[in-house]
Amino acid sequence: MKVHEYQAKHILAHFGVATPRGEVVFTPEEAREAAQRLGAAVVVKAQIHAGGRGKGGGVKLARTPEEAERIAGSLLGQKLVTAQTGLEGRVVRRLLIEEGLDIVKEFYIGLLVDRASARPVFMASSEGGVEIEVVAAEHPEKIIKEYVHAAAGFQPFQARHLAFGLGLDPVLLQETTKIFSGLYRAFQATDASLIEINPFVQTRDGRLLALDAKMTFDDNALFRHKDIQELRDLNEEDSLEVKASEYKLNYIRLNGEVGCMVNGAGLAMATMDIIQYAGGRPANFLDVGGGANEEQVKRGFEIILGDPNVRAVLINIFGGIMRCDIVASGVVAAAKSLGTKVPVVVRLEGTNVELGQKILAESGLNFTVAQGMKDAAEKVVAAARGH
Amino acid sequence: MSVLVDHNTRLLVQGITGREGGFHAEQAVLYGTKVVAGVTPGKGGATWTTKTGAYSAPVFNTVREAASKTGANASVIFVPPPFAADAIMEAADAGLPLVVCITEGIPTLDMVRAMHFLRGTATRLIGPNCPGVISPGRCKIGIMPGSIHQPGHVGVISRSGTLTYEAVGQLTALGIGQSTCLGIGGDPIIGTSFVDALRLMNEDPETHAMVVIGEIGGTGEEEAAAFVKAQVKKPVVGFIAGRTAPPGRRMGHAGAIISGGKGTAADKIAALRDAGIQVAESPALIGETVKEMLKEKGKSVEGKP
Repeated sequence: MKVHEYQAKHILAHFGVATPRGEVVFTPEEAREAAQRLGAAVVVKAQIHAGGRGKGGGVKLARTPEEAERIAGSLLGQKLVTAQTGLEGRVVRRLLIEEGLDIVKEFYIGLLVDRASARPVFMASSEGGVEIEVVAAEHPEKIIKEYVHAAAGFQPFQARHLAFGLGLDPVLLQETTKIFSGLYRAFQATDASLIEINPFVQTRDGRLLALDAKMTFDDNALFRHKDIQELRDLNEEDSLEVKASEYKLNYIRLNGEVGCMVNGAGLAMATMDIIQYAGGRPANFLDVGGGANEEQVKRGFEIILGDPNVRAVLINIFGGIMRCDIVASGVVAAAKSLGTKVPVVVRLEGTNVELGQKILAESGLNFTVAQGMKDAAEKVVAAARGH
Repeated sequence: MSVLVDHNTRLLVQGITGREGGFHAEQAVLYGTKVVAGVTPGKGGATWTTKTGAYSAPVFNTVREAASKTGANASVIFVPPPFAADAIMEAADAGLPLVVCITEGIPTLDMVRAMHFLRGTATRLIGPNCPGVISPGRCKIGIMPGSIHQPGHVGVISRSGTLTYEAVGQLTALGIGQSTCLGIGGDPIIGTSFVDALRLMNEDPETHAMVVIGEIGGTGEEEAAAFVKAQVKKPVVGFIAGRTAPPGRRMGHAGAIISGGKGTAADKIAALRDAGIQVAESPALIGETVKEMLKEKGKSVEGKP
């Protein structure tokens, strides 16, 4: 789960990580008032769940409260397009108004779990403000990594490795150690999957602050973090994806015209691939789970058809132990209750497959039964083209 | 001989009194697996019985007690995600050499702790978030449908569940049997990697060829490719799911995400090909690709009766 920059900063501040003074606002008037309270020049930052905001025009300097109000008026309610939002952009609904700072140095700090070593790892670079992927590709030697011991936790010597590696002034060592330790404690305490501070800055008056902050949380651990669940902003998510999550379905909307419903994530990805292989484009990823039941099949169907781009649907269920007659009944019930005219190709495999196919064939609905994935993909792509 | 499991496997089921645990324990028994014990804290002393009533096993409060009283040498975990990492550590603490965790949705930091706990123990963890392991005709630990498998000489290693069934179904339909099929799991942190699994199968005289089924995210497939290039003489076929997956989105599996431009299907396919692995272009062609390759190498394609 993602949160906004201001929410991430609020969490980090709680763990002793210094952040600029700032306020979140929802209207131009509030922006002016916040700027007045903060005094001097402020930075107006659009709050959306996507990076690249600076280059996309979502971060602007305001020298007066009136200017802050004017900038806020030009951003709020407008679509912001950045390198990470896609062409459709995101509507800006919240702004963070922050004190302007006199910055002398910028750094990158990231904290995530390294898959191969199964340990949290700090990544730091003196190339602040630059995307870490770019640094990794062009100057891998500039990335400092510190793997954290799973039982002992983050140690002061590791903070020193990072601080000296970044070339930070030794007089700032104590503050640096406090910040790195705070980041690690925040990571552990919130079950974060990623903390990214880019840039982490040193000001002319010798302070160290998180100028930007990105936090992503482990969805599998949200059950023990009610406070973080409350930070979810449904406006930042696709409405069909939100609906799918309510039914515990894994749905991701894509740009194609062939909807697909599959049991299992790997097979769902492979089904998307084979649709493209057959000359079509997948409209979505949808995993109804290894043991899909009638209700889930019905909800999945509803969600797929909620996308107006969908011209045909492929249902690919490798049941195995699951009974195909139950899946077929679910598909028939769903199609009947939704009254859909969209052609549906069904490929079933598993226990009672003949019975399942019979139920589909005798339903009187627009179903095509396919044998195997290749046949299914070719049939659904033809159907999407109106053949 | 087969990899990890065979007729000597004595299975203990953690979470046997739950719906999933009970169902799959019964399926295992029907397949011929020796299910010797169940563990459910608080239900020690009870007896678990299959629906037919033909088979039963004692239930214990702890894995330690179950293992010492029944001689169990493997465990399968069907425990809900909040308690699953603890269940893994309990099984390792009891000294079980093989622990297969089926549970999906374990918090990543719980797995960081569990993996640390496992270091230095004799326990091999398979999964989590995996279908399990089967040596066709001998032993089945997990949730895969036994009926689609056929004994033979091809080892199958995969991050996915149903996609493995798809591949195995194709193999069996072509008359190509399997020595062992191992689902390593779709999570970012897993106990047994592709390389670990390939090493086991490479050393298994009964396995003549391997199929590696990967997907986007992480670098497990790239590491597998490097291992194959350096150490594997047996023929290997590969498939990577997720060519059409957009970057930055988690495709169902917690580990299936292209992040920072890393972990794309294109990179993985290139790495596999560079290692001399035959990559199936389409998921419908995994079986055919294996058949072609075995023919080329002059290996027997038949499974054992």
